[in-house]
Amino acid sequence: MDESNLAAVWLTLKLACLVTVLLLIIGTPIAWWLARTRSWLKGPVGAVVALPLVLPPTVLGFYLLVVMGPNGVVGQMTQSLGLGLLPFTFPGLVIASVLYSMPFVVQPIQNAFEAMGERPMEVAASLRASPRDAFFTVALPLARPGFITAAILGFAHTVGEFGVVLMIGGNIPDKTRVVSVQIYDHVEAMEYAQAHWLAGGMVVFSFLVLLALYGRRGNSGWSKS
Amino acid sequence: MIEARFQLNYPEFSLDVDLNLPDKGITALFGHSGSGKTTVLRCVSGLTRAPVGRLVVEGQVWQDEEKGYFLPTYQRPLGLVFQEASLFPHLSVRKNLEYGMKRAGNRQGEGFDASVALLGIRPLLDRAPDRLSGGERQRVAIARALLTRPRLLLMDEPLAALDLKRKLEILPYLEKLHDELDIPVLYISHAPDEVARLADHLVLMEGGKVVASGSLMETLGRADLPPAFADDAGVVLETVVAAQEVDGLTRLDFGDNSFLVSRVDQPLGKRLRCRIHAKDVSIALQARSDSSILNALPAQVQNITAADTPGHTLVQLVLADGRVLLSRITERSRATLGLVPGMPVIAQVKAVALLA
Repeated sequence: MDESNLAAVWLTLKLACLVTVLLLIIGTPIAWWLARTRSWLKGPVGAVVALPLVLPPTVLGFYLLVVMGPNGVVGQMTQSLGLGLLPFTFPGLVIASVLYSMPFVVQPIQNAFEAMGERPMEVAASLRASPRDAFFTVALPLARPGFITAAILGFAHTVGEFGVVLMIGGNIPDKTRVVSVQIYDHVEAMEYAQAHWLAGGMVVFSFLVLLALYGRRGNSGWSKS
Repeated sequence: MIEARFQLNYPEFSLDVDLNLPDKGITALFGHSGSGKTTVLRCVSGLTRAPVGRLVVEGQVWQDEEKGYFLPTYQRPLGLVFQEASLFPHLSVRKNLEYGMKRAGNRQGEGFDASVALLGIRPLLDRAPDRLSGGERQRVAIARALLTRPRLLLMDEPLAALDLKRKLEILPYLEKLHDELDIPVLYISHAPDEVARLADHLVLMEGGKVVASGSLMETLGRADLPPAFADDAGVVLETVVAAQEVDGLTRLDFGDNSFLVSRVDQPLGKRLRCRIHAKDVSIALQARSDSSILNALPAQVQNITAADTPGHTLVQLVLADGRVLLSRITERSRATLGLVPGMPVIAQVKAVALLA
């Protein structure tokens, strides 16, 4: 395990943690809205959130590159704000990862909210809890299993991404070179021993994540509200 | 006084009610499923907003659509008990009780001990809801609603999800509630026995409309109710345990009359509600000493209407003190006896169902 490998691991963990936290914050209201709304927009919004599930990462990466680039809408905005351009920076990578991992976070939370039904919120209202109060004191605690699943999936999926990273982040040490890209580099350079360390680590990590996930489902805490 | 008027239209169902309910005692909203009784309760609680509606509870306006005014549920001083277990599973029994209590501004926990004692839940306080039986959960839910110090208590078939044993376990608590509570209770039910046992006031609903509303005893004594209610026709009488007879019978007095029933182990003076089913009342033209039926009361025919099944009639009988009995007899018997309104007869009561 050399220093560049450690740097890649550190960067990956930093990215995955940040993305997971951001997604829990952004994804919760979206999931709540999707679970409760009767608006016709539910279908279209749900589909947009789920798009990264079916799109090749290169497609997402390509459009992000265009939008965040010097001539893109977001790119011109960030430039006029004096933030420079986002592609090939860590913040750019975070934004891309948030979009890419969105469905993995939104859907488990949405399912948990839907499984809960209207009743707990109605009960809370009958006990004088305002909608906001009831959301924090009843809906969030009841949906906890969904949040744990969402966090695990969001984290793991961000760790496992490659295509989007390559498109939008490139391969800059300490900035955008995450584990998956580092492995690719090692293989290209025929450094199989180095690649083994990281690749093996990813296998073990992924197995543990899935074990945590299915272990939870097994002991019934997961779908029950 | 509670003044409630709601109109709403769903594709398959429409509701149109205009109710004036007493501000004391238990009012039962009774009807078969789909009659709209739960919708009325949801409108009163504010969980459903009727596009046309006005609701005034003891002078306080909760909804007035003409002015576009609607008080959301969480701002209404009401207690709500749902049909199925509605305790928050992530909170202990005590925390469940405190949830509403704190938010209703009852921080000192005024009435906590009384409510806990009234519903017999002290030993359960530190348990998790999933470690309680169905009946225990409902008792906690009732206490939780009471601790918000509501001005109106709404109960949506609180016993419907329980088996008979649990029902019998919880009914005495509801009766205690009835005796000790000084706020109005709106109680939804489709079980005639529950209604007969608990209610003071009765609202009968069918197809989204109110078909009858009035005091329990009066409304049940009406012979002109729609057929949907006639199969359960029968009146409720408030009686007092008057004597334990030497031959193993108990005498129950009501007004100027009395019933003899099999021994009831209750102290003298205890008030008991009895239900007299119309099918258990037969009619004779004169008092007979050659009959095995003990309970024969002089009465007068008031009203005769067709019963639910062809060939049967429902006869409304008035006792000397104004109390009413219903009798379900065949049309042929009616013709043979030549019954007409105003005729003096003897009501023979074959069975008296005790409700406690």
